[in-house]
Amino acid sequence: MTVKVLVPTPLQKFTNNQATIECGGSNIDELIDALESNCPGIKARICDETGKPRRFLNLYVNSEDIRFLEGTDTALADGDEVSIVPAVAGG
Amino acid sequence: MTQTPIKTSTGKTFTHLVSKEGGVKYPLKALNVCEETFSPLEVAYDYDEIRRQVSRESIEAGPHSIWRYKAFLPVESENPIDVGTGMTPLVKSNRLARQLGLKNLYIKNDAVNMPTLSFKDRVVSVALTRARELGFSTVSCASTGNLANSTAAIAAHAGMDCCVFIPSDLEAGKVLGTLIYNPTLMAVKGNYDQVNRLCSEVGNSYGWGFVNINLRPYYSEGSKTLGYEVAEQLGWELPDHIVAPLASGSLFTKIYKGFNEFVKVGLVDEKAVRFSGAQAEGCSPIAQAFKEGRDFVTPVKPNTIAKSIAIGNPADGCYALEVARKTNGNIESVTDAEIVEGMKLLAETEGIFTETAGGTTIAVLKKLVEAGKINPDEKTVVYITGNGLKTQEAVQGYIGQPFIIEPKLESFERALERSRTLERLEWQQTNV
Repeated sequence: MTVKVLVPTPLQKFTNNQATIECGGSNIDELIDALESNCPGIKARICDETGKPRRFLNLYVNSEDIRFLEGTDTALADGDEVSIVPAVAGG
Repeated sequence: MTQTPIKTSTGKTFTHLVSKEGGVKYPLKALNVCEETFSPLEVAYDYDEIRRQVSRESIEAGPHSIWRYKAFLPVESENPIDVGTGMTPLVKSNRLARQLGLKNLYIKNDAVNMPTLSFKDRVVSVALTRARELGFSTVSCASTGNLANSTAAIAAHAGMDCCVFIPSDLEAGKVLGTLIYNPTLMAVKGNYDQVNRLCSEVGNSYGWGFVNINLRPYYSEGSKTLGYEVAEQLGWELPDHIVAPLASGSLFTKIYKGFNEFVKVGLVDEKAVRFSGAQAEGCSPIAQAFKEGRDFVTPVKPNTIAKSIAIGNPADGCYALEVARKTNGNIESVTDAEIVEGMKLLAETEGIFTETAGGTTIAVLKKLVEAGKINPDEKTVVYITGNGLKTQEAVQGYIGQPFIIEPKLESFERALERSRTLERLEWQQTNV
């Protein structure tokens, strides 16, 4: 099973400057671990010391904020699109 | 005879960008996010240099605009974009104050800010000046309306290309008030948070200066002038309490920063100013976090007539919470019906027609007073940040109607009698 992950500029140094990568995982937690195996070092940037996504980072599954879904337990299906977007914008 | 200190230094006063969490330093480029923690970047200043450059007298002798505070703003240009932004009236309230039972209430009236009648002209004047310095020829923004008006207008003045993004359900006045300046206007089928996210994605690939994304550290500094002006207009003194609307939370935290900077460079005496924030119940993620004692903000999906402050995922929400708590302030929310009443109350008592955000702020002011959370003697400043002519839909149906009459004395007299009867009925209703 693969999902498409959209990677923001500050994290592209871990993805060989790719803005999009394909990855596996049945939920967000697993996806982050899979990202880490493909792009070592990326997890420590996405997550804080408790292992949860940093508060200034928004994660979306098919355009819905995971905080309106099941958080990092949100299930992923083949072909889903996950976006990682820095939250500090607007206002 | 006292002598005005001569200030001769003109060096650059801002030095770098710094992460709000972790303190990593970044160069003065178009960057808004810390690469380590993704937290906001903020402009850092050399306050010794600012102290060398400014005095009360030098500021008073400066332009009648936000640029009198140029030493505190992150721009280098000799001639920043000056469209007369800032120095809006600080009105001593009599009738509203009496109605609420306050003795020392002031209204900072940015409903008449120039050129587009909201506080956003402050942040945009700074952002576009900086955008020009950084070499951008196209500027852009994600907006709930006021920012779109301001970016389009000031870009037109400065001769920059402009593409702005708004939610597609905005008030007609805000759409028209953007289109008149002939920018490219993208009305996105979605709420502001979705517009914002789209812009975060566009921002990286087109090389545009997004005032509230990659230029955000510079842009947001413009709001400090709302703090500086109030201090200067109060006779170089800080108020005891301020009440301001909360959308992203940025304005609130920058007024706080502005007051502190004036203390830091010795322009005003230190004072414990209380900071209270206002949200609409239909979009109150910061007020909810405040009530529940949380230090994080859970995003919500907005549903309120106060569209200009309908940000469900506020970027500076956690910092606004921090400011309200450490200053012994409050964050309250009010219903859409209370917002309309707030707009009417300000108009009827002070002659100021504000938009829904201002109605929210007045309604929260009233709620805080009624709850005993504002001392009647406190020198309280309420910030009115936008103009009511832009959100006419909100009050349509809640205000009176004109009496349509014939051009004849008799017709006028009949109508006048009717109006007096209506007024009596209204009084009777009020008394019940």
